[in-house]
Amino acid sequence: MNIGTEACHRDIITVDSVSFSYQQRDVFKNVSFSVMERDFIGLIGTNGAGKTTMLRIIVGLLKPTSGEVRLFGEPISQFKAWDRIGYVPQRNNLNPLFPATVKEVVLSGLSGKRKWFGRHSREDYQKCDDALMAMGVEDLAEKRIGQLSGGQQQRVFLARALINTPSLLILDEPTVGIDYETQESFFHMIKHMHQHHNMTFLMVSHDMEMIKGYLGESPASTAGKLNFYIRHSHETQDCIEDNLAHSLKHLRSQMESQKEG
Amino acid sequence: MDIIMSGFFQRALIGGMLIGITAPLMGIFLVLRRLSMIGDTLSHAAIAGVALGFVIGDFPILFGLIFALLASFAIEKLRKSYKSYAELSLAIIMSGGIALASIFFTLGRDLSMDANSFLFGFIYTLTPIDLWTMLGVTVAVLLIVGKHLHGLFLITFDEEAASVSGMPVSYYNILISVLTALVISISIKIVGGLLVSALLTIPAACSLLLAKSFKQSIMIVVLVGEVAVICGLLIAGVWNLAAGGTIVLVLIAFLLLILLGRNIFSRIA
Ligand SMILES: [Zn+2]
Ligand SMILES: [Zn+2]
Repeated sequence: MNIGTEACHRDIITVDSVSFSYQQRDVFKNVSFSVMERDFIGLIGTNGAGKTTMLRIIVGLLKPTSGEVRLFGEPISQFKAWDRIGYVPQRNNLNPLFPATVKEVVLSGLSGKRKWFGRHSREDYQKCDDALMAMGVEDLAEKRIGQLSGGQQQRVFLARALINTPSLLILDEPTVGIDYETQESFFHMIKHMHQHHNMTFLMVSHDMEMIKGYLGESPASTAGKLNFYIRHSHETQDCIEDNLAHSLKHLRSQMESQKEG
Repeated sequence: MDIIMSGFFQRALIGGMLIGITAPLMGIFLVLRRLSMIGDTLSHAAIAGVALGFVIGDFPILFGLIFALLASFAIEKLRKSYKSYAELSLAIIMSGGIALASIFFTLGRDLSMDANSFLFGFIYTLTPIDLWTMLGVTVAVLLIVGKHLHGLFLITFDEEAASVSGMPVSYYNILISVLTALVISISIKIVGGLLVSALLTIPAACSLLLAKSFKQSIMIVVLVGEVAVICGLLIAGVWNLAAGGTIVLVLIAFLLLILLGRNIFSRIA
């Protein structure tokens, strides 16, 4: 959503007059907006405004009643590069007895050619460790996912979405149930990824403090009951580190010295 | 003891070792996706096919397979029409299968065939061709599952995430049903149509109590299935009991032992 006339970056999500109704009730009608490369968009709205529904339409889990969604310029029905998108839904209703370790869950987010019997390369394990580290759940790697608290599970699902270092990260209330310290480091990391790497964000959140602090006091645009807070980044993509946890090293050492002091 | 040395018993043992791998392996995917009823439904459809095979004259496994495959496609179709009422489509196909089987049974009355053999298994009828069929199906199932294990895990654990990662979810659903249909139709002669779903689900139930990881759960289901089939067949052979029933009782005994062991363990620990 560029205010200027000339687009400096291309659209990577285009929502074109999309309507959605559920049981004869319009959730939203004729909504159009776009997300440009290197945007950070906070999507805010009251309960029932259809924020989650909108995200589910964008990732293709729901079909809009009318209108079209394009991802990276391609209509969603023809879109193939799903590994460029990370999506973390609001709540995963997983079976607490499901036999899978945290590590297995995070590795399941990896895209690309698969070895026989689901085996992974050394590089895959490295990526997994990075993603776990980035979300501060490295100590839980061998635990069964069902044994974790809701907040810990959420961090594991964030790690799974991050493992491919996607170009577009779509997050639905990512920090619900997560303790304050982890929230801080998570926001620190995604801000860093937005400013110094080529990563674009679309995030539903109720955390107005974070939204306003980073994206500005008032929404840049509205569509029905949906409010869009936007920050577009032109800072140089100068960070050469490509693992996920790097932006946290500094922050962690800072926090630890504070605790000691 | 002589019975154990006999050719048909050796065939049953080899066949049992094959289905002891494949049936629990497919079962774990069904159970984890809360689709255990699919196994039951497909096996009832397969009973009808096997019955038809006997009425026509031969190839009961082949007809069982065709019926189970048809049923697996019908389930997918009905599942789409009824969406959130998936179990409704299962109930319809299950009763349809039994209805057909009962008609075929009465048609084939003069053919001196025994309805019990489809329902409860009949290892004395295993032929070398049956064994080759079982071997072929086992190899195919292992190759396909081995090749797609990552995708199968993802779709089992989180179908939405699988879909958003661009996986062809409906293709995988059909794959799972078809492989299950194959496994069921080769298992019917050993454990019987009414009992085959126990071989799919009970090893999975055991592994849910023990496994910490997905990898472990796969190893546990295969181990439990294999040991139960071998023990069951040997016990049945020595005491001249129904093979299918004995295998299933051994499986249930394993499950109870694991439950008991866990209780005792959690009390000491
Ligand atoms: Zn720009
Ligand atoms: Zn960086």
